Amino acid sequence: MLTKRIIPCLDVINRRVTKGVKFQNNIDLGDPIEMAVRYSNEGCDELVVYDITASAERRPIDIGMVRDVAQAIRIPFAVGGGIACVEDMSRVLLAGAEKISVNSLAVKNPGIIAEGARAFGAQCIVLGMDPVATPDRRRCPSGYEITTRGFRERTGMDAVEWAEKAERLGAGEIVVNSVDADGTRAGFELTITRLIAEAVRIPVVASGGAGCPAHLRDAFNIAHADAAIVAGMIHTGEFTIAQIKRELHAAGVPVRMIW
Amino acid sequence: MIAIVDYKAGNLTSVRLAFRTLGCTAEVTSDPQAILAADRVVFPGVGAAGSAMRNLADLHLTPVLKEVAARGTPFLGICLGTQILFDFSEEDGGTPTLGILPGSVPRFQPQDRWDKVPQMGWNQVKVVRPHPLLDGIEDGSEFYFVHSYYPSPTDAALTIGATGYAGVTFASMVGRGNVAATQFHPEKSGRIGLRLLANFVTWSGKVVGIGNAEGTLE
Repeated sequence: MLTKRIIPCLDVINRRVTKGVKFQNNIDLGDPIEMAVRYSNEGCDELVVYDITASAERRPIDIGMVRDVAQAIRIPFAVGGGIACVEDMSRVLLAGAEKISVNSLAVKNPGIIAEGARAFGAQCIVLGMDPVATPDRRRCPSGYEITTRGFRERTGMDAVEWAEKAERLGAGEIVVNSVDADGTRAGFELTITRLIAEAVRIPVVASGGAGCPAHLRDAFNIAHADAAIVAGMIHTGEFTIAQIKRELHAAGVPVRMIW
Repeated sequence: MIAIVDYKAGNLTSVRLAFRTLGCTAEVTSDPQAILAADRVVFPGVGAAGSAMRNLADLHLTPVLKEVAARGTPFLGICLGTQILFDFSEEDGGTPTLGILPGSVPRFQPQDRWDKVPQMGWNQVKVVRPHPLLDGIEDGSEFYFVHSYYPSPTDAALTIGATGYAGVTFASMVGRGNVAATQFHPEKSGRIGLRLLANFVTWSGKVVGIGNAEGTLE
């Protein structure tokens, strides 16, 4: 049986992993390579590394860091932030990443999804999206609107329609990162995660809000996510990957066990 | 020397890095002479069968791969490389492929709305018959998969490992004689994947013991 993936997220600023709430009040958590190795050894199934200030600083992604991660771990990882074109994608993949995550760039230029999928295969192209709940059902029938640039800008785009469009364009996976849940550690936003998992035929990753193993269980069992991103709950040392997997296993969720 | 066949089908960085982790020299190459001269050949690939076959033809590699497979060089197919070892792939409207192994490559047919295609992630490989590449690897270990099509050998004796997804149990690892091939990515499958690659590095290309597939060298 295909197992549910647990994916630690490393938000990197100047080669240091940081964690903030709603992209603010960032604190230093450690070296990205050391953390990637530790989580990989603990049994995480994949990793995602975001160069979170690359776009804002209008500089390309830190390829040296991507290369170092690729040499240090032997599991797949995705990279996001600072990707502006197909050439950037190519550089990241050749450095050893498995997938590229695009978010604001794809909203501005949806064609980048198709270009990337044509050039490297759909399995390489991850659409990251930051939906926020909205009462404006006329503009956003699903009740969720896409935001960009680290939640700073609203787009008026409906989250489910955007997911369907991204799938048609060739995205291989969608990460649903709820603005409302991000950093709260109060649980994933199950409603929008499930709406998107129901709408597309590609894998969906729940993101934002993981605080304990039961939150992941709900993302898998209630929202039908194929994978879930964890950050704060493991970065603080409160939980280990092994602990999360043991609890999920006990709850009947198929997970990869490496102990 | 290990030759990693480069036929412009995806990114070979992680295959190269995995062999480097094992302390082996592996050369990424499209050169027919280098591939024919190699002690071992790895045939990876990500992408679509149609363009893969065209690239192999353009690079004059089609006969090279058949010769390497026929003359006993330890040979490891991975993912798309594995799929195009068979006779025929359903991909790209139907693509005749290398015909090194008998069988075809159909697409997953989702059984319900939660069967996502591609299959992406870690799934169990049940050992159907023992093989030197699985030495030290526990039955039912998980490996990393990313694929929409799967190997369907006509000769069941080719199957080394089996995996269940989208309502089918498919051959996730196949082999005959010096040719072994995985649908999963050992180079991205952590410690267990490295063990399989380490087994490949020391493999003679022979399969000794009972239950061998037809055509196995003794």
